[in-house]
Amino acid sequence: MSAAEQTAAVPLRRPETTVAGWQRAALLLAGLALAILPAFLLESFQLFQLTMAVIMALAVLGLNIVTGYNGQISLGHGAFFAVGAYVTAILMSHLDWSFWATLPVSAVVCGLVGYGVGFPALRLGGLYLALTTFSLAVAVPQILKHKAIEDWTGGVQGLFLVKPDPPSWAPFDPDQWMYLVAVLVSAACFLLAWNLIRGRIGRALMAIRDHPTAAEAMGMDIATLKTRAFATSAMITGIAGSLSAVAVEFVAPDSFTFALSISLFVGMVVGGVASILGSLFGGLFVLFVPNIAETVSKAAPGVIYGIILIGFLFILPDGFAGLLRRLYARARRGAG
Amino acid sequence: MEGLAHQIIAGIATGGIYAAVALALVMIYQATHHVNFAQGEMATLSTFIALSIIQAGVPYWLAFLATIIVSFVIGVVVERVLMRPVQNAPVLTHVGVFIGLLLIIGNGTGWIFGYTTKAFPSPFSSEQPLLGGLVSAHELGSTAVTLGVLVLVYLFFRHTSLGLAMRAAAYNPRSARLVGVRVGWMLALGWGLAAAIGAVAGMMVAPVVFLDPNMMLGILLYAFAGALLGGIDNPAGAVIGGFAVGVLENLAGAYVVGTELKLTVALAIIIGVLVVKPSGLFGRVVTSRV
Repeated sequence: MSAAEQTAAVPLRRPETTVAGWQRAALLLAGLALAILPAFLLESFQLFQLTMAVIMALAVLGLNIVTGYNGQISLGHGAFFAVGAYVTAILMSHLDWSFWATLPVSAVVCGLVGYGVGFPALRLGGLYLALTTFSLAVAVPQILKHKAIEDWTGGVQGLFLVKPDPPSWAPFDPDQWMYLVAVLVSAACFLLAWNLIRGRIGRALMAIRDHPTAAEAMGMDIATLKTRAFATSAMITGIAGSLSAVAVEFVAPDSFTFALSISLFVGMVVGGVASILGSLFGGLFVLFVPNIAETVSKAAPGVIYGIILIGFLFILPDGFAGLLRRLYARARRGAG
Repeated sequence: MEGLAHQIIAGIATGGIYAAVALALVMIYQATHHVNFAQGEMATLSTFIALSIIQAGVPYWLAFLATIIVSFVIGVVVERVLMRPVQNAPVLTHVGVFIGLLLIIGNGTGWIFGYTTKAFPSPFSSEQPLLGGLVSAHELGSTAVTLGVLVLVYLFFRHTSLGLAMRAAAYNPRSARLVGVRVGWMLALGWGLAAAIGAVAGMMVAPVVFLDPNMMLGILLYAFAGALLGGIDNPAGAVIGGFAVGVLENLAGAYVVGTELKLTVALAIIIGVLVVKPSGLFGRVVTSRV
């Protein structure tokens, strides 16, 4: 085969990838349609639960970007979730902003807070970062209850707010509309995260996780990328917090305990570390498993969480998404 | 002035507890380079076990001894069953297992013993006020007990061959294995000792803060802060750090931020130490070669 033939072979493959891209877009639309369907099928309480599962999936996605893809272990993402929720709640209840206007503000504030946490995190290796974020998670409710900011946060009582009204042209009730809002905002974030991870930046993040020295030698600016990964991650989790504030119509310090950060972490491990799709499973897990376990005993969710977490780490370290990937690969091998 | 003296003495008394938990953390860190997030929950479980034994009619000090032995066994079993299989796994897995352990032990304790806050007996009581009423008998007694434990641990590591073997296994596992030290068992022993020390800390703090399943979460945070302040690879430093954090926390609580923000003080100390002097006051500066 001559060199000319080889170079000629390259453009021939192009159309194929566009077809794959088109197929992917179709798949994505189908997935979105499937995601919207429950809005018309479920009762309002089940729909609320599903809304929360979507929101949790978004929060897990945020954690996955910094911990899964960039290898910076955060046990304190509940803090960013809380910041997002409180930004939205304060703007809506004190200043009468509309929900949509609070979203960009919440994203920016959470991004800045994430940047602020990510900066000292640079100096902390894996375990120390886990430790610091762990203490952040434990301290959050206390900070939120503090008297100095009580006028804004409502102290222990928290703040009440209302769901965004469905637009007048649309035949939805508020619960359905809330679900659609959560799905659309989350879908947009998932798409953005997907593009980020599949591109140059995503590869750089993973290179830094797997071999920082080699990554630096290849010219990656580790400090900048790590802090920005933290900021992006905090932003996504913060948006999830904003959504949860309006979905629950209430924020209070005790909704953002250390248990929240831990369940995001468990959701990430169970769904699949460093997997976009895994975050979705993680969200469903975080919401539904404790509900089922709680029927056994008040303490059961924690114990079952712990057992499932350790079980996954021992048996399926790449999570549910990894299991699906392997089953799919085996099925394809079997078929071909 | 008397208020200040009282705050400092109370700080030293709680600092003793932090010092003991910090020592437990440092021991596991030295042996395995892990920070055991579940150390506090394990101590709480031990304290509940102690309460059950005492309520069964066993005299306090006998129950104290029995609890230490049971806790030691629990520590060894946890290392053998849970940590051993993942010892070569990435840090994320270790953190995950610690968190899993925290969830299982913490919630399991609540499940078995209930969530109501319980009083825990103190073995120390005194008819007349001590030091002019500055210090309670329990404060004095618990400080003495924690200091006693620290001295025992020091003697164990310095002057017994088992202690020497444990230090060797932690310092250089490969060479230690070559000279016949059973490194795996040394790690398990380290876990057992840490759990036993945690149990002592739990039994000493429970009469003050009352016993409930979440008793140790805040204490664990202060112990982290103390261990980091003193240098996480230096047991003596961790003890000094623990006492320092106890005094700092009490003074800050009394004069600066009030009791609501006490946990945030721990967070501030942790971040402050890690940013300003990551090796702590007495720790070794580790340089890594590439």
